[in-house]
Amino acid sequence: MDPVEVIEGKVSVLDRADVDTDQIIPKQFLKRIERSGFGDFLFHDWIRSGQIELEPNPILLAGRNFGSGSSREHAVWALRDYGFEAVIAPAFADIFYVNCTKNGLVPVILDEEACRAIAHAGEARVDVDDQTVNFAGGVVRFEIDEEIKHRLLHGLDDIGITLQRGDEIDAFERAGAADRGPVTTSL
Amino acid sequence: MPKTLFDKIWDAHAVADGLIYIDLHLVHEVTSPQAFEGLRLEGRSVRRPDKTIATADHNVPTDGTPAARLIRDELSRVQVETLERNCEEFGVPIYSLGSHRQGIVHVIGPELGLTQPGLTVVCGDSHTSTHGAFGALALPIGTSEVEHVLATQCLIQRRPKTMRISYAGELGASVTPKDLILATIGKLGTGGMAGHAVEYAGPLISALSMEGRMTICNMTIEGGGRAGMIAPDDATFEWVRARPAAPDEFDAAVERWRGLPTDEGASFDQQVEIDAGAISPMVTWGTTPGMVVQVTGAVPDPAGLDAPADREAAERALAYMALEPGTPMREIPLDRVFIGSCTNSRIGDLREAASMIDGRRVADSVRAMVVPGSAKVKAEAESEGLDEVFRAAGFEWRAAGCSMCLGMNPDILAEGERCASTSNRNFEGRQGKGGRTHLVSPRMAAAAALEGHFVDIREWA
Repeated sequence: MDPVEVIEGKVSVLDRADVDTDQIIPKQFLKRIERSGFGDFLFHDWIRSGQIELEPNPILLAGRNFGSGSSREHAVWALRDYGFEAVIAPAFADIFYVNCTKNGLVPVILDEEACRAIAHAGEARVDVDDQTVNFAGGVVRFEIDEEIKHRLLHGLDDIGITLQRGDEIDAFERAGAADRGPVTTSL
Repeated sequence: MPKTLFDKIWDAHAVADGLIYIDLHLVHEVTSPQAFEGLRLEGRSVRRPDKTIATADHNVPTDGTPAARLIRDELSRVQVETLERNCEEFGVPIYSLGSHRQGIVHVIGPELGLTQPGLTVVCGDSHTSTHGAFGALALPIGTSEVEHVLATQCLIQRRPKTMRISYAGELGASVTPKDLILATIGKLGTGGMAGHAVEYAGPLISALSMEGRMTICNMTIEGGGRAGMIAPDDATFEWVRARPAAPDEFDAAVERWRGLPTDEGASFDQQVEIDAGAISPMVTWGTTPGMVVQVTGAVPDPAGLDAPADREAAERALAYMALEPGTPMREIPLDRVFIGSCTNSRIGDLREAASMIDGRRVADSVRAMVVPGSAKVKAEAESEGLDEVFRAAGFEWRAAGCSMCLGMNPDILAEGERCASTSNRNFEGRQGKGGRTHLVSPRMAAAAALEGHFVDIREWA
């Protein structure tokens, strides 16, 4: 994952609530075994049918409960591949939010009023370090977990970090609590 | 200090702040290939293959295709074969197509006794919450997290908030756990449980079968919940006993498990009470599981909704579903009926659906299919003669898989077809592009198949 600090540019607006990941990337495109190439299929059915138009700008402004439903990370890969680097919404589905942070797609939670103002402004600047969004008409602050922010700013590999804590995991396993679960290899 | 069921499991698995240990990792073909590839690129191994297990479910045809290499759809075949190869390379046990233990990942975990009280369970699938029915903490994860758990057996996770949904009263006749959870989501909204580990409680929940509990926990994600849980009790222990993966020292395990339920006086971040006695058989009318009414109701009028966003969403949903406000739900004609999915494909679900048939036949206008959740459920149903009951009535009897729940395999709706489905999502295009899905219980689905439209099964005989 590349470090991400500032995202600046035009805003694409998708003014719909409860947009689920089945819409973001329909199931027929989940059969690929690679992480790349999903951008061509972003919002496949909605874009192909002319229901929506979506410029591949740096910032996507979406409605509440964005990314609900299926845990498919393919939805985030598609948004990234299409060109989005940040998504702003009043609320995200939990799994989608986490998936964003693992792929350098910055999820920004702002209230409905701020979202409307940013949509109206048409351009914005998301500063991850400052936790602010600047736009013509104002500046608003957003909350983000310190740990997630640190990983985004430095483009850190989660697995590499956790593996460095191997001693703690070893200690947990040695303490015996890990022995209580079933053994899948002896069925 | 009194603790909740969630607190007890969380605290027992905290390796460090924000890092929890995972006891069981379930893997399937769709969300794992990029994770295994990631391990390969970094030269990493699977830390605990003995806590990991895989099956093929999303992509598999349900026509009895006996092996992955015989799957006709090339992309599906490659994905399932990739899973088989990855499992072999990394030492992960797998029950692939053709195995007598193959099935939907959330059906086979409990079936094998792998899902046990007090465990942490993850899977790269949003319906992982199903396993919480056993008093486990079961979390859905994305592919990056799948890779992380494969490599470290741990998950980076912020402690979610806790919520208890308590049900007062009893379910009426012909009202099922599916109706209970649909009504709950209808009341709380699709984001109502967001950020929370949800415990379902009340005498009614304790009286439910394990299958009913699984149906409820399964759909927690449709309310936005992080995890769904139910306190383990004798019904839970009896389910696990004698299954292949049950603990060797079973009595000692049960003693431990008896300490898991939420302590008297433990506090939750949020508490909700719902009157279960007021719940009817439910049918969804729109394109989220929260767009739901009782079967005696009618398609709602978007004009009656206050918030502009809700009104627009309802209008779009009705346009997609080709429904007019005010239409009685019972008058909506159906083309297809699907009985299956990780929500409702267990033996109890199939027995309930079969019990509605009583010598009748599927309506001429309807194509109906029954898809058991696992090869074992299929065998069990056949040993009871349920397959004959379904076939004689004109239902198709299929092999195990996710089937028409998500349309990643040949079982899909055609454009414009309308389906009564026991699955969990009625999103646009979920069961096939342009397909229209109404979520219902297995009994409601069976009755709808026989009549060609929804019926109030409380009055139907």
